Amino acid sequence: MISSLEDRGKCEISLTVNGARKVVLAFPMERLLDVLRQQLGLTGAKEGCGEGECGSCSVLMDGTLVNSCLIPVLQAEGAAIVTIEGLAEGAQLQTLQEAFLECGGAQCGICTPGMILAAFHLLNKNPGPTLEEIKEGLSGNLCRCTGYLQIFEAVARAAQRETTTSS
Amino acid sequence: MRSDPRDYELVAPGSLQAAVALLARSPGEWIPIAGGTDIMVQYAAGKFQSRKLVSIWNLPELRSIEVLAHEIHVGAGCTYTDIREHEVLGREFPMLARAARWTGGIANQNRGTIGGNIVNASPAADSLPALLAYDAELILISVRGERRMSYAGFHTDYKKTKLAPDELIQAVCLPRQFSGYVCHARKVGGRNAQAISKVCIAALARVAGRAVEDVRIALGSVAPIPLRLSATEQVVRGKAIDESLVLLARKTAVAEIQPIDDIRSTARYRAAVAGNLVAEFLNLLNADRKKT
Repeated sequence: MISSLEDRGKCEISLTVNGARKVVLAFPMERLLDVLRQQLGLTGAKEGCGEGECGSCSVLMDGTLVNSCLIPVLQAEGAAIVTIEGLAEGAQLQTLQEAFLECGGAQCGICTPGMILAAFHLLNKNPGPTLEEIKEGLSGNLCRCTGYLQIFEAVARAAQRETTTSS
Repeated sequence: MRSDPRDYELVAPGSLQAAVALLARSPGEWIPIAGGTDIMVQYAAGKFQSRKLVSIWNLPELRSIEVLAHEIHVGAGCTYTDIREHEVLGREFPMLARAARWTGGIANQNRGTIGGNIVNASPAADSLPALLAYDAELILISVRGERRMSYAGFHTDYKKTKLAPDELIQAVCLPRQFSGYVCHARKVGGRNAQAISKVCIAALARVAGRAVEDVRIALGSVAPIPLRLSATEQVVRGKAIDESLVLLARKTAVAEIQPIDDIRSTARYRAAVAGNLVAEFLNLLNADRKKT
């Protein structure tokens, strides 16, 4: 069968994506980014540079921010992946997203999914970041539209709202 | 041309023992991949030659930081994030923690490992001058057993190391003996984040009275390997810092480095900055001495 020839060398990889168990059949060196986009239809993560410099492919893997273009999918076996598509439930994201909208933190949208995940990761670790800490937390995510100030403002605003509501 | 994943094998043996057993079967055939922050970049560009990779990412045997009485053992699979967030490392080896913060953005710090940084052997790596200054040692492991060597002799030439094809770095050992030292680490690059250094320094010294009792100066991006400035150290050791010593140290430093022109900088700029960084370190040391 042609399909079995095409599949030679592939392996079954189980992972949790946005809370749902998935089993994909993929070559072990396929990039997590490609599996997410092509097999699972999750096109929120973008390919910018393809070499870990721009952050537009950022996802969370077991709670940590990673560049999915640098992850061979075999290394995601058993991992819990969260993409931008999976963030929309929690109250925290609502705040972050709203703040991005209000502050003009998203323009063309290419960097936005990665930027929001990097900001989400930062606020999880550090709920009240200083401006310097926001800049450092987002330093691996490039934006060519906003000039960054609106993004920093959005993250600061989301952080402020979260701390006021939780206290 | 981008690489085709069909052309590559990748296996994940799941334990250190199984990984070294695979490496021993036909040494040189399987290349270890940890966080992939270098290998996947070469792979994406179609420039990664080996077709067989063995994943050592997240092996528990390589992912711990052990604080012993006289040493700290940092597992080779520890990420920059593991290092920069470790309290004792931050206190006793601040130059290493700082270099971990300088390396890439957060996502790369979550994946890049100290062992990978050493084996990748880039002369521009930010954490390597700190390891030189701190007199780090390496524990190497293979099916033949463990061996320990000084990190200082590990790099033999540009991108060449003493690691045998069947070996992995298991841990980096840092001697806990720098409590009375003043340190200075600085990276000079195109921008603060995500930029590879044009020149970086990690330097340590202990001053007794007016004299520099012990000094260690290491620079990145000024030679085919991360470089300890032994001649400059010798010029400074035992002396009191004054203007003429700073001048002599600067000249000696410039004479013992071998910087090159490349896409990031020029040999001339690097030599000037290397001299400035050495002078800056000595001036800071002097200011610190006067303060106390």
